[in-house]
Amino acid sequence: MNNVTRAAEIAARESYGRLLAYLAARTHDIAQAEDALAEAFSKALQHWPEKGVPGNPDAWLLTVARNNLTDRQRHLTKFPTTSEIPETFAEMTEEEKIPDRRLVLMMICAHPAISPDLHTPLMLQTVLGVNARTIARLFLFSPAALSKRLARAKNKIRDAGIPFCLPDKDQLPKRSHAILEAIYALHSYDWLDPRDNFGDEALYLSDLLCSYLPENAEALGLSSLILFSHARKKARILDEILVPTDKQDTDLWDTHTIKLAENRLQRAFQLSSPGRFQIEAAIDSVHISRKKTGQVDWRALHKLYHALIKFEPSAGALVAQAVVIANLFAPKEGLKILSVLEKQIGTSFQPLWAAKAELFARTGAVRDAKRSYEKAISLSTDATVIRFLVQQKSMLAP
Amino acid sequence: MRYTLLLYTDPVDLAHMTPEDWEAEKEVYGAYIGALQEAGVFIDTDWLQPVETATTLTLKSGTSVVQDGPFADTKETLGGFFVIEVPDLDAALAWAEKCPAAKTGKVEIRPSAMGG
Repeated sequence: MNNVTRAAEIAARESYGRLLAYLAARTHDIAQAEDALAEAFSKALQHWPEKGVPGNPDAWLLTVARNNLTDRQRHLTKFPTTSEIPETFAEMTEEEKIPDRRLVLMMICAHPAISPDLHTPLMLQTVLGVNARTIARLFLFSPAALSKRLARAKNKIRDAGIPFCLPDKDQLPKRSHAILEAIYALHSYDWLDPRDNFGDEALYLSDLLCSYLPENAEALGLSSLILFSHARKKARILDEILVPTDKQDTDLWDTHTIKLAENRLQRAFQLSSPGRFQIEAAIDSVHISRKKTGQVDWRALHKLYHALIKFEPSAGALVAQAVVIANLFAPKEGLKILSVLEKQIGTSFQPLWAAKAELFARTGAVRDAKRSYEKAISLSTDATVIRFLVQQKSMLAP
Repeated sequence: MRYTLLLYTDPVDLAHMTPEDWEAEKEVYGAYIGALQEAGVFIDTDWLQPVETATTLTLKSGTSVVQDGPFADTKETLGGFFVIEVPDLDAALAWAEKCPAAKTGKVEIRPSAMGG
């Protein structure tokens, strides 16, 4: 898909999300609102080519979708009430936009009563209008099973009375965090082809969240993190082979996107409310500064990983810190940490073996390096990663 | 080492699937097979007809006994398999984790007894 089509697609989603959030907020029935909206879009496809595109297309779509909902309600209830969904709808002026209730919709998608693995798919489907089949392909999920689970979740939202309003102030940070996690999951989803990993959608959603919660430092941090990653997009895979950040050609990094990311991170820091996403973005920022300085500031990375591990100790962060220590002091120091880590987390963590292989190679332990590369390759399921590791292994002294 | 991933699903989950659903399903499994092939670990796979089509035969009692249906009545039934060639169980698990069936049913991982 080319960039122009992609841009148009994202723009169309703006309308879709707004309309759906508005319609669903009135009925609390997301599935019904989706159907009504789908029908409105299909009517638009019939009417607009003949009669021309209306002055305010969103208002037109909303009116049609609302009428449709009213009809459905009449079928369902013995005593039709039109008070909830007025039949007549005052024409909106051309500039007027549908009130934006997408934050509420995002909160509902990431509600604690909804299974966490559905948060991201629900958000993609409702806020961005991505169809279930595409989502299923992205997550390698059985499409029929996913559709069924999404339908069940929507029924639950309707029947369990999950409120269609913003949570209380004291609940807001926790609830916003669930949204951040869902966007992060989308961003970091690397399966099959990282170039097709819905990075644009993740960026769009994080931008949206920043606009709703400009005082949320972690929302800014996540958005910065995603932007930094976008800036490196062209350098990340060359000839179908993954290129690690510290080996990437910095000329391929996008200066404009880097600036946006830096600004957002600065704004986050000014709020003095540190968190995991800000630290991850700061780590990216250190890597990115190689574009100017020509070298990696391992000392800064050491401090940041230390902070990250304090916030959220993950195997990935621990492995990364071992590599930083190897670069700061000696490969042997890194290997020591990795061997302790292996005893704690077991032998099935791919990044651990990729790191071991690289560090063994640097110490000249060719046999250990070779063995570690082989283990890392066997644990990799992404072709670009496999090719990178095979390439590294082939560069070892015989 | 050669491993077989046995894919078990609850037939109730598949009961209402339309031809389009199956097409979409094939697309997802196609992507998984593609990834296995690209990694050079793919050996074989098959997708089986529902368990109602099963016929079981035994000569254990001396004579041939043919039974209509599977040998065991279980809630989750064998729906397909993948044979992969990977170095160890860690790697087999990494691939099983990516298998679409793992998200909706169960994937049993069995090492080959023939070496291979």
